[in-house]
Amino acid sequence: MTEHTQEKVTFGFWVYLMSDCVLFASLFATYAVLHIATFDGPRAEDLFSLPFVLTETLLLLTSSFTCGLALLAARHHKKNLTLTALVATLLLGLSFLIMELSEFRQLILEGHGPGGSAFLSSFFTLVGTHGAHIALGALWMLVLMAHIARKGITPGTTRKLMCLALFWHFLDIIWIFIFTFVYLFGFISL
Amino acid sequence: MFGKLTLDALIHGPIETFGQLSVVMGGLAAVGLLFYFKRWKWLWSEWLTSVDHKKIGAMYIILSFVMLLRGGIDALMMRGQQALAVGDQVGFLTPDHFAQIFSAHGVIMIFFVAMPFMFGLVNLVVPLQIGARDVAYPFLNSLSFWLTIAGATLVNLSLVLGEFAATGWLAYPPLSELAYSPGVGVDYYIWALQIAGVGTLLSGVNFIATIIKMRAPGMTLMRMPIFVWTALGSMLLVIFAFPILTATLAMLSLDRLLDMHFFTTDLGGSAMLYVNLIWAWGHPEVYILILPAFGVFSEIVPVFAQKRLFGYTSMVVATMLIVLLSFVVWLHHFFTMGAGADVNAFFGIMTMLISIPTGVKIFNWLFTMFRGRIIFATPMLWFMGFLVTFTIGGMTGVLMSVPGVDFQLHNSLFLVAHFHNMIIGGVLFGFFAGLTYWFPKFMGFTLNEKIGAYAFWCWIVGFVTAFIPLYALGLMGMTRRLDYVDIASGWHSLLVVAAVGACIIALAVCLQALQIIVSVWQRKKHVAGGDPWGGRTLEWSTATPVPFYNFRTIPQVHGRDAFWMQKQAPHTAAHEVEDIVMPKNTAMGLIIAGASFLFGFGMIWQLWWLAIVGLIGVALGIIIRSFDDDIEYVVPKEQLT
Repeated sequence: MTEHTQEKVTFGFWVYLMSDCVLFASLFATYAVLHIATFDGPRAEDLFSLPFVLTETLLLLTSSFTCGLALLAARHHKKNLTLTALVATLLLGLSFLIMELSEFRQLILEGHGPGGSAFLSSFFTLVGTHGAHIALGALWMLVLMAHIARKGITPGTTRKLMCLALFWHFLDIIWIFIFTFVYLFGFISL
Repeated sequence: MFGKLTLDALIHGPIETFGQLSVVMGGLAAVGLLFYFKRWKWLWSEWLTSVDHKKIGAMYIILSFVMLLRGGIDALMMRGQQALAVGDQVGFLTPDHFAQIFSAHGVIMIFFVAMPFMFGLVNLVVPLQIGARDVAYPFLNSLSFWLTIAGATLVNLSLVLGEFAATGWLAYPPLSELAYSPGVGVDYYIWALQIAGVGTLLSGVNFIATIIKMRAPGMTLMRMPIFVWTALGSMLLVIFAFPILTATLAMLSLDRLLDMHFFTTDLGGSAMLYVNLIWAWGHPEVYILILPAFGVFSEIVPVFAQKRLFGYTSMVVATMLIVLLSFVVWLHHFFTMGAGADVNAFFGIMTMLISIPTGVKIFNWLFTMFRGRIIFATPMLWFMGFLVTFTIGGMTGVLMSVPGVDFQLHNSLFLVAHFHNMIIGGVLFGFFAGLTYWFPKFMGFTLNEKIGAYAFWCWIVGFVTAFIPLYALGLMGMTRRLDYVDIASGWHSLLVVAAVGACIIALAVCLQALQIIVSVWQRKKHVAGGDPWGGRTLEWSTATPVPFYNFRTIPQVHGRDAFWMQKQAPHTAAHEVEDIVMPKNTAMGLIIAGASFLFGFGMIWQLWWLAIVGLIGVALGIIIRSFDDDIEYVVPKEQLT
């Protein structure tokens, strides 16, 4: 694995992330258009609990921090530390996912499922797409841990870890936007 | 167990049954021939599992030609119906079948003819023009291709099992919603495009990385051939536009499958949101297609005018301006939506603006030809044809960019004539020119010039006969997608003229097939050396046919028109031949795409277990591939001499 290949892969991954960014931009635009289309159903402020979402946010932000630690440990060729940091990241990510799913479950049980109104459809799809990305990232993380456990810290596994870290941080940024535009703005909008 | 799939899905009217039979027979014939000539192993190891950009490019172009025949038959059926269904006659197609045909025609021609043709040329030529041995991610390239095939297979499968969307090629809601399209047609549409779309997106990432990271030493950005620039522009559009399509189709699918309300008529859904989103992808899409065609002409005109390209820098600037502006014109597809005068004025002006960089390009080609010693070989004929038809189409486009005029012409045949003017006279002519131009590089012999010229003249005469009447019909008030006209409308005679034109185009396509057959037959007579046209760019510097590693030594670039400079002042300092690392063939792209085909099929027919199996297959394929470290091999330098 030459240095040139490393650079090529990381660059390509950035390009992919930009396209993923556009995917989310489309869903954000849809939410922006449809969040008022509640059809006399509940609005954002009637449904969400800010302390709950803040906890989710803190979980995800912490997982980004541990993900950074994993990369740092890999740079110093500390295999066990890398794996430990990845396990922590995975657990934090999964806790986030469980909280999100329980929020969805709660909403559906209360009769505010994705079929309730255009607003609810766009909410579930935007937040759910982020959640699906997190789930995918978690699966990827498991596979990567198997890679590292088997091969140790090599240029190949470091490159994969680098891409995963980019992906994870990217999802963090998307979440910050969701937190701001869906949840926080949901409470201040008129 | 079988979801919505029942035996009824196989039962159709007589014309559809003929379509069913031709698909099945065509497939069986191909399989039979492979058995007869014992070519399975060869096909598998040389082509299906290949990660060589040249072979993938060739397979893209073969796909494109097969689908051109399918889309062309659709076109002939539509023209035939419109010529026959008048007065007391209802023609041979039912309204629903007619609607399926015009939808399939549009989808196939854009996604499975124009796109694969474009990716075929980009695959064949870009790595060679930048002096690279392959693309940045050869495996991903193979995966992209097979995902495109999976999408194309789904579209053709709809002929055999079930039905296709009867909604028009963009499947506007509320018509495409479950309430009005309860069948599987729209689902075929959604999943064929989703799967092929992912392939396209991955190709976009691949070629951006290839062009940015893999150029030969000395090839700065401003030394790249214009075709590479336009490919870069096109791929940038791919990665910024295709995710919008993915998101939009996903939302339509959620409406249909999970009872959501993005675009429905009830519970707050907004159909116009869909139209906005789909055109935010759709308008860049037309530039994704046309930019590489511009690139082809920018390569061909200097070679056949035997002069360097006029205005290189302005070409680059114009390309990138088109990339930017193509994202701010989408609303001109629906001025009649009622967005208000201010919004319409903004998008009208932006649409007029985008014609300026396009005009710059036209003038650059004209000035390149000015005082050149022009050789009128077939690629140049396609260029001349393009120049005329594209300019007419461009002018009618600017005409419709005036919202007031558009209110009259919206949804009329004038519009249909306009975009065929651009897609046939612009995109297709460009790709035909490119194919004729680069064919000898990969096959080792030139295409028959005489039959090529006949095919060209049939194309242009057929094109004018088929589409100029549509401008008149549009001005007379005929809307698009009519399967029957009243005799009193006075439109019928022009529709007959258009049908004759379509037949001339069909003749042209037959001549193109004949051209290839005759050229293969006479290949010994038209052997092409490495540089049959007096080329200027690096692809002509290597041997013909191109060896699998492209270049024995990576070329050193000293300026624009790198090969031309090398021919004028040869560098004697030969490079040391070194070992070459090449990617190994792999079937994993094919396997992952096969699994995604199963997933798509499961989603269409609501065979949930099959969809899950497909999804697991995709995931497993990717994971297994990630554990495979044995993906490259070394070609020792001794083997290269």
